[in-house]
Order: sequence, then C-alpha cells, then structure tokens
Amino acid sequence: MSWLGVFLLALQTALGFPAASYALAATGLNLQFGYTGLSNFGMVAFLMMGAYGMAISADRGWSIWVGFALGIGAAVALALLLGIPTLRLRADYLSVVTIATAEILRLVIAARPSAELTGAARGIGGLSSKLGFFRPSFIPEGSYGFGDDFVFNSRQLWSMLVCWTLVLLSTLLVRTWVRSPWGRVLRAIREDEDAARALGKNVVVYKLQSFVIGGVIGSLAGAMMALDSGSVGPARWIAPLTFALYTVVILGGAGTVWGPIVGAVVYWFVLDFADGALNNLWFDVSDTTSGAFRLTLMGIGLMLLMVFRPQGILGNKKEAFASGR
Amino acid sequence: MDADAATTADPFAAVAPTPGVAKPDPILVADGVQRRYGGLTAVDVDHLELQRGVITSLIGPNGAGKTTFFNLLTGFDKANEGTWTFEGVKANGVRPHHLARRGMVRTFQLTKALGRMTVLDNMLLAGPDQTGESALKSLVKPLWRDQETAKVDKAHELLTRFKLDALADGYAAGLSGGQRKLLEMARALMTDPTLVMLDEPMAGVNPALTQSLLGHVTALRDEGMSVLFVEHDMDVIMTISDWVVCMAEGSIIAEGRPADIAGNDAVIEAYLGIDHGGATTGEIR
Repeated sequence: MSWLGVFLLALQTALGFPAASYALAATGLNLQFGYTGLSNFGMVAFLMMGAYGMAISADRGWSIWVGFALGIGAAVALALLLGIPTLRLRADYLSVVTIATAEILRLVIAARPSAELTGAARGIGGLSSKLGFFRPSFIPEGSYGFGDDFVFNSRQLWSMLVCWTLVLLSTLLVRTWVRSPWGRVLRAIREDEDAARALGKNVVVYKLQSFVIGGVIGSLAGAMMALDSGSVGPARWIAPLTFALYTVVILGGAGTVWGPIVGAVVYWFVLDFADGALNNLWFDVSDTTSGAFRLTLMGIGLMLLMVFRPQGILGNKKEAFASGR
Repeated sequence: MDADAATTADPFAAVAPTPGVAKPDPILVADGVQRRYGGLTAVDVDHLELQRGVITSLIGPNGAGKTTFFNLLTGFDKANEGTWTFEGVKANGVRPHHLARRGMVRTFQLTKALGRMTVLDNMLLAGPDQTGESALKSLVKPLWRDQETAKVDKAHELLTRFKLDALADGYAAGLSGGQRKLLEMARALMTDPTLVMLDEPMAGVNPALTQSLLGHVTALRDEGMSVLFVEHDMDVIMTISDWVVCMAEGSIIAEGRPADIAGNDAVIEAYLGIDHGGATTGEIR
C-alpha cells in the first residue's frame, strides 16, 4: 500500500462512523467531566443502555423510535440510580461506583440467565433488517469517494451522516447550555462545590442534571453503534472504551464546545495511521504487535500532549493553567 | 434624648457582658449547639444571640471551635445537638444553599475563588433569582437576558467599589491572595445578604489591604447588614467590633464590648494560660 493510501485510509476512519460515534459519546462525557468535573469512569454503561435498548426493541419487533426511547429511558434511570446516592459524596466515590457498575452491567448482560433478553454472550444480531435503519436512506446504492482507499459505500455514508448530524445537534445543544447561567453553575461546581453551595446553588441537583444529560447523549452514541454494526454483543462494552472516550475529551480539550469532535477525529486518524504505517514498513509486523503498538503510540502522544499542551487541542492555555487555590 | 434613640445609638446599652446574654434585636439565636467527634466535643455552645445591624467578632485561641461553629451555623457541618434560628425561622438542619438564599452568606478561611472562571463570572454566579439557572429555561435566552444585564451592572458596581473592575474579564486564578479575599467579599454581597459571615477575612493579608478590608466590613454594617466574623488579630477586633464573643475549648467563655473583653480574666487565661504566680521561666517539672 502506498503512503498516500495509508493516509487516506486513516482519514476515512477519522471522518467516518467510528469518529462520529466517539464524538457523540465524548460530547456527553465532556458535559459531565469537562464542564461539571464529574469523573464518570463508567461512561460505557450508558452506551450499553443505548445499544441494548435498540437491540432489545428490534428483537421484540418494535420500531427504531421505541429503540431510541428505550435506550434513553434506561440511561436516565441508570444516571439517577447511580447519581442520587453518590453525587452527595466526594468526587472519588462516583468514579469507583461508575466503573464498577459498568463492569457489573456488562457481566449481567453476558450471563446465561439474561439470554432471553440480551442474547447473553451471543448478543443480538440482524438489527438492520428488523429496524430498517438503512431503508430511509436517500443515498443510492454504490460507492462514493475517490481512488481505492477513500471510499464509503452507501450504507456507511448513511450511518455516518446520521451520526454526524446527531453530533452536531448535541454539540449545539451543549453549547447553548454551557453559555447560559445554568452552565455557569456547572463550571462553578467543577471549580469548587462548597463555594457554589455557599452562594445558594443546589449543587446535587445540578450535578444530577449534568449526569443525566451526559448519560442520555452517551446512550444515543451506543444506539448508533448498534444500528451501524447491525448487532450488539457484550464484548464491546469494556472499560477501555471509557478510557478511549476520556482520551478523546482530553485530546480535544476538556470543557470546550468543539473539543470532543476534534478529539475524536484526531484520535481515529492517529490510531489508524499508526496501524497502516506499521503494516507498511519494510519488515513484517504481526497484527497483535501492531495493535498493541498503536495504543502505545497513542499513550506516548497523550503524554506529550499533557506535557506541552495540557489544555488539549482547543483548550485555552490561560484557563488550563488557572487554578483556584 | 428619649430611650428609643438611645437604643439605636448603642444597642448594647442595657446588655450585660456575660456569656449567653439576651440582645434587644437578635438576627440569629443558637441554643445548645453541640458537635462531637468521637470523644472530643469540638463545639458546645449553650446560648448565643447575635444582634442585628452590628459587627460581632468571634475570637478564641486555635482549636477553640470557631470555624466548626461557623460551619454548623451555615449548614456546612451537621450538629449532634442543638437548634438555632435565623430571622426567627428555624435554621438548624437546613442545607447551606437554602440558608444562603434566606440571606445568610458566608466566606471561607481558605478563599474559594473559582479560578477557571472570570472575575465577572464569579460575581454573576452569586446573583440570586436567575431564571437561566434552570436547565430548561436556560435554553431560551429571552427569558433571562434582562436579568443577566441587570446582574452585570450590579457586578460592575460592586467590583468598582472593591477596586477589582479592571480585572473583571481576567481569570480569578490570576488574582493575588488579597484580591481573592476582596472578590470573595464582593461576591458574597451579590447575594443581597442580611447576615454576612466572614471566616478570617484578614488572614494572610498585608497591613495596607487589612485596612481596606476593615473599611469594607464597616461599610457593610453602615448599609444595615449584620456581620459575624472570625478573627485572630486583637488590634483588628478592638478597632471595628461592636460586640466580641470569645470561645475556648468549644464553649463561649465571654462576651461583651471590646473594652469589656480586653480586661476579661477568662479571655486572658484562654489565650495566655493561667498565671500561677511565681517564676515561669525555664522551670520544667
């Protein structure tokens, strides 16, 4: 493969569905972590709610809209369930509880007694035909792009179009929110909860609102992932996905409106470019080696970013270096 | 001069300098407030009344329980026992943000400037009754635009008074320690308080700024607010307080006008230890 090919292939992922879905999930996480300072280390659980809401609904023969509603409802319930007891406590409790809950939920979903509902380890497949996600697509069958390496088929184009639209809508919504007095209270809570409390703000309610909204956006991302791949299984919803979303948020700039989008595009470009480059060297690199190596590269890249640009790509340097104490 | 005029001139004219004494017009009344940590009783206040419209200072040696008492009254800590009222309404067991909305605002010993927010945003945050702080209504700007404009005007007014107006658009983290104290006081005033509780507002501040802070504190009283503040510096206390409450080992051991306190044996003992007579130099038994 030519180096141009490697570049174009990486660009395809960075503009395609993978980046779009990560950007959507990261937008939710950014509201929680970047703006409110909630360290939700179980973001993947909200994605799981969205994905399984969609899949279970398809399995019962319900429509795609019921699927979305089910996922959103489950995400709200989960956020309230986790948030009400933990958001009153110190910040670290939330991280412990969320990371554990995400893992427990994944194991419960994968357990045999859940097979009736979730398909257990097999998961649920055939979503596309049941839900008709690709049916309303106005994009004619065929492939779009240029050359051999930058090509989307009509289905890919449709799902990335829908997902990027959701990204744009949720980003604009978050933008309106964080620029309002409501967003100001969130930022105050991120800086110092007690100060916000002393000035008459009901901190727990705001944290809960931010947690629920972020979780709902995450569930939309999960639902889109289920629709795009046409199946869901428990193996995908592991903690490293949450960490990848953190990488995206921090890369783009935590607490910035467009950060998650930029972060997701850069994340997937770097990851896939490293992958392509490793396979394009003069000696052979096995798949397992390259898989580990590209994550190592991402880690080194993130460390360099933390050293030289801790505010992320879009972050404001003055703001990042400002500290309340 | 009739009796009424005399009481407005000196509300403490008929008040004896004894711990737990009743005041003519109390804004806050506390009864039997206790806070225990295991076997240690950090706060044990039988009865305390704070007079409205004056500066009351709360003094006492380190570890006397002043800040703990402060935290209890403002809802930041939970008392094991005791009741207290603010403006005649029950205030124990009330969460801090409700007390703040009722007009009892506090500052912190370690200033809590919200560093990654601008000075102006720090001020605007404190403004009460902002419709745009509701998650749904915040999405419709016309609902809160006018309120915001009014708050911006008020914030600039206060910032000018505290000489912070030139820094309004900078991040609060860029402020010096003294400026943060000023910001915290200005921010507290944004909430339209009736009782301002200041936890060591002069701690770690240079003498020149101390003077200006003192000016601001007396200005609060002159505008009709009641002030309770915790302080260590005796000079400061003697200059500006109308009434002094002294705590030691969790209890109130003395109250009175500054002059009464300066000569009070219990206070001197609490600060300096008991004088047993005889030599106190270099003798260890």
